[in-house]
Amino acid sequence: MPLQQRFLIFGVAVVLMVAIFELVRKRRLREEYAWLWLLGGTTILIATFVPMEGLQAVANLMGSSNPPAAIFFLGFCATTFLCLQFSVRLSRMTEQIKNLGQKVSLLEASLEEARDESSD
Amino acid sequence: MSPPTPQLAPELAASEAEAVASAEAEPQDSPAAPSDSPEASAAPQGREAEGGEAFDPETLRGRGVVLIPAYNEEQCLGEVLDRIRAACPFDVVIVDDGSVDATARVARQHGAIVLRHPFNMGYGAALQTGYKYAAQLDYEVLVQIDADGQHDPSYIVPLARRILDGHSDACVGSRFLLGEGYIPPFARRLGMVLFGKIASVVTHRRVTDPTSGYQALSRRVFRFFKSDLFPADYPDADVLILLYRAGFRAEEIPVAMRASVTGQSMHGGILRPMFYVFKMLLSICVTLLREPPDPERIPH
Repeated sequence: MPLQQRFLIFGVAVVLMVAIFELVRKRRLREEYAWLWLLGGTTILIATFVPMEGLQAVANLMGSSNPPAAIFFLGFCATTFLCLQFSVRLSRMTEQIKNLGQKVSLLEASLEEARDESSD
Repeated sequence: MSPPTPQLAPELAASEAEAVASAEAEPQDSPAAPSDSPEASAAPQGREAEGGEAFDPETLRGRGVVLIPAYNEEQCLGEVLDRIRAACPFDVVIVDDGSVDATARVARQHGAIVLRHPFNMGYGAALQTGYKYAAQLDYEVLVQIDADGQHDPSYIVPLARRILDGHSDACVGSRFLLGEGYIPPFARRLGMVLFGKIASVVTHRRVTDPTSGYQALSRRVFRFFKSDLFPADYPDADVLILLYRAGFRAEEIPVAMRASVTGQSMHGGILRPMFYVFKMLLSICVTLLREPPDPERIPH
């Protein structure tokens, strides 16, 4: 892999890691969601230091003759996994929000009924 | 025409329902019959006149609840509530699904109990809120009806009595068994036929109106529907299959329906019907792939 490409990937990985840490520090990203992103960033960082032979071996293992394409494929897989994980969490939260909303409605109705009874 | 009085609404005999169920299932080419027309609203009274046993709906007071999910329905909700009041002695609960208009105020003015969602959560979630309320107050039967005036309230008592008399656990009002009424748009009819066929094959009974929201449910069923197994977006044919898999008895009886007064459908547009078909097929598949649920062991 040309040095130019390595620098580019390294730069992107560093920006990503810094952004993640900053978001966690400002409490805009919870630690429980940050770890997967950090894992992804670290993997990219490590990949930039792996010698060409190592990348070629990984590419060969995947049946590819082009190491960058193999790395991008792995990145794509990781992103897909992240999206899936977020969809699962989103589904769970949607269910929880729905249950909470329903509970609020029922409690509000009980409260109004109690108010009406006490005013009578 | 004024709505039928409760005293006149009789039971729909089981044999009669079965006889009608074997009639033509496909949509008829008859003109639309508004639910306040003599043809539609007089149907239950007519059956009594033909020899059905006399029945006083007042004996049902306090045993059931009518559930109406509503989203921005201030326009026709008042009329619907008045007609329900005239047709049955049940309590009426409106689940206001985050409306931005005066739906809740109109409902209260017409004597309904109002459950307000803090934000819009969809038709299924609104229904489920009503199920939770009915379970909390331990009603024996719940009848769900649309807020847009599409359903004729004079069928509430016949639907509820099928449950209270122990004929079934879920009784669905089918617009196609009566052989009259409005014809849904072609795309919707296509969906109805497709999902009706699937539901019929899976449940081993004829399902003519899988999308009907006019249903009566027993206490066991609405308690079961409190669980997360209930599809909280578009409960439809998948619910009929879920009921069958859980061992509940479901049936259809004929009811009169008309087109929505507001002319709006939650399946309107181009993308939504496509998503609806996809979602329904997926939901049916996963319902069939899951272990059959045991209603007595469902965590709530």
